[in-house]
Amino acid sequence: MIEDKPKGLRALLPILYPAVTLVVFFVIPFGIMLAVSFFEREPGGFYTTDFSIDNYGNLFTELFGRVLVFSIFISALCAVICVAVGFPFTYFITRMRRKAQVVWLVILVSVLSLSAVIVAFAWSLLLSQTAGISNLFVWLGLMGKPVSWSPGFWALTAGMCYIAFPYTVLVLYPPLSRLDPHLPEAAQTLGASPVTTFFTVVLGSLRSAIVATLIMVFAFTLGTYLIPQILGRPQHWTLSVLITDEAVYHSNLPLASAMAVFFMVVSLALVGLTMLIGKSRGPAAR
Amino acid sequence: MAGLFLEDIHKHFGSVVAVQNVDLRIPHGRFVCFLGPSGCGKTTLLRLIAGLERPTRGRVLLEEADITDQPAHQRNFGMVFQSLALFPHLSVGDNIAYSLRIRKADASVRQRRVDALLELVRLPGYAGRHISQLSGGQRQRVAIARALAIEPRLFLLDEPLSALDAKLREDMQLEMRMLQQRLGVTTILVTHDQREAMTMSDLIVVMGTDNQVHQMGTPLEIYRNPADTFVANFIGTSNLLKGICSGSRQVTISGKTLGIEAMPENVKEGSAITISVRPEDISVVAGAPEGANHLPGRVTFVRDVGSSVEIYLDCNGFQIISQSTPKSRPAVRQGDVATAVLPPAACVVLTA
Repeated sequence: MIEDKPKGLRALLPILYPAVTLVVFFVIPFGIMLAVSFFEREPGGFYTTDFSIDNYGNLFTELFGRVLVFSIFISALCAVICVAVGFPFTYFITRMRRKAQVVWLVILVSVLSLSAVIVAFAWSLLLSQTAGISNLFVWLGLMGKPVSWSPGFWALTAGMCYIAFPYTVLVLYPPLSRLDPHLPEAAQTLGASPVTTFFTVVLGSLRSAIVATLIMVFAFTLGTYLIPQILGRPQHWTLSVLITDEAVYHSNLPLASAMAVFFMVVSLALVGLTMLIGKSRGPAAR
Repeated sequence: MAGLFLEDIHKHFGSVVAVQNVDLRIPHGRFVCFLGPSGCGKTTLLRLIAGLERPTRGRVLLEEADITDQPAHQRNFGMVFQSLALFPHLSVGDNIAYSLRIRKADASVRQRRVDALLELVRLPGYAGRHISQLSGGQRQRVAIARALAIEPRLFLLDEPLSALDAKLREDMQLEMRMLQQRLGVTTILVTHDQREAMTMSDLIVVMGTDNQVHQMGTPLEIYRNPADTFVANFIGTSNLLKGICSGSRQVTISGKTLGIEAMPENVKEGSAITISVRPEDISVVAGAPEGANHLPGRVTFVRDVGSSVEIYLDCNGFQIISQSTPKSRPAVRQGDVATAVLPPAACVVLTA
């Protein structure tokens, strides 16, 4: 005799815990931010409760537009670089012996223990004129005189990719290590060269994992706040920097909230679009 | 001579020997099984033929051409893997057409070939299906169709039926055998199931745990005339009786002299030999009558499974198993005195 399904509160118990966590840590803070974004700013003070869409109206400035586009662009660029470098990297790790795999993963995870501050300053030093790697190139005779690469766009890109890279590998590792080693072999017996095999079978069968990783790195680097200020020039500052400026230095929480909400909606729309593209190219759609 | 040659093949993985001393000729158009227990190197041998492994020593020749160093993707051998290795991101039709797409065949050509192959493996109209929508047997057929799409010079199968349930496996065995006969393609199947090997193959290559080939021959040759004790034991069950050669056609086993039909030429009188007798060749009579090739003993167990009856006899320290049909069942019970009769023609002398 099968026991009756629990009814009422008891049936809800298993989902109560995640529900409470979600509400307390995500829904309530986001609700507060959403509410604040409609409040009125009180110059010289805090804000007053109101319902106005002025904050959203005030968003559409040239500066905001430019920073929004730049933030999305550099995050997307980092996502593409991280996956382009991380995918072959992870693929080769998964083809190693078990022991070697563990060593590589431990090294990678230990990189995570470095804080963004250390990473940013290390890169700025490494790319500086006085002590940077350009001195090494001069010594090797590749360059005439040492130059400064930091702050700058590529310094910022390097710093952001460095932070995101271990996560990229850790997200790609499980699906790649589950890849049936006979799949590439089957492709080879069917006449595909190793390069063709990699592009048609290895990449193809892991398309959803790649899309998921792209989205993860994109969303992760969108929140970068510290690195742009150390490795970037003011024109490279991301929206996170602008929002912090507005909230902390101008005490304009309503505008900062509106920026954050708008930013989130745009990012979510982009993520949704990426997933849609990733899905529609599957065989089921044909 | 046409066919595939393996010349003095050795394959080591580090210090582990996977295959050694393999010299084989696989004639054109035949169905050949590599049969052996797990770890005997049969899959490694197949992968060497496919080009997925390089031999440590030795050569692989196909139609007189040395293909030892030719990479897998240039060999044009169709292979079905144990895991089937169907591409999960492609539909059934795209899986089958994969090799044609690599070779840049026209869409119309691909379409016609896919339809023809699906017809061949009896899955017409499945081209648009997703791999995850197929049952185990259907996936099997798709994997076969995909491997046949390149019109392979050799068709290689690595235990492709092991994941199927017993009933489906027997059906697929017949189907694959008939398909191979229709296409006439040289086929090599790796299996550890001797029944499967007996059902499907023209020739069986028996490999042992010493990673060597023990015997190659037709299924009946191997069953009737095993080359050594390993083959006799691995292919079906056999009664292996240790004795001494006591004449040109005589063996002495625990004091009893048995007549046999043929003694290998290199066996001298007085040397130790083993004879192998299949259980179905031994008949049992009640009591202890005297006669040629009669071994008296006592019934220790009777296994009656309905379709056949096995009688276990203890003949002076030797266990002898006899198998008979219910119709010819001898009237003996456990504990009775009975005699095993070993026909001279059924006694095969083994020296190893």
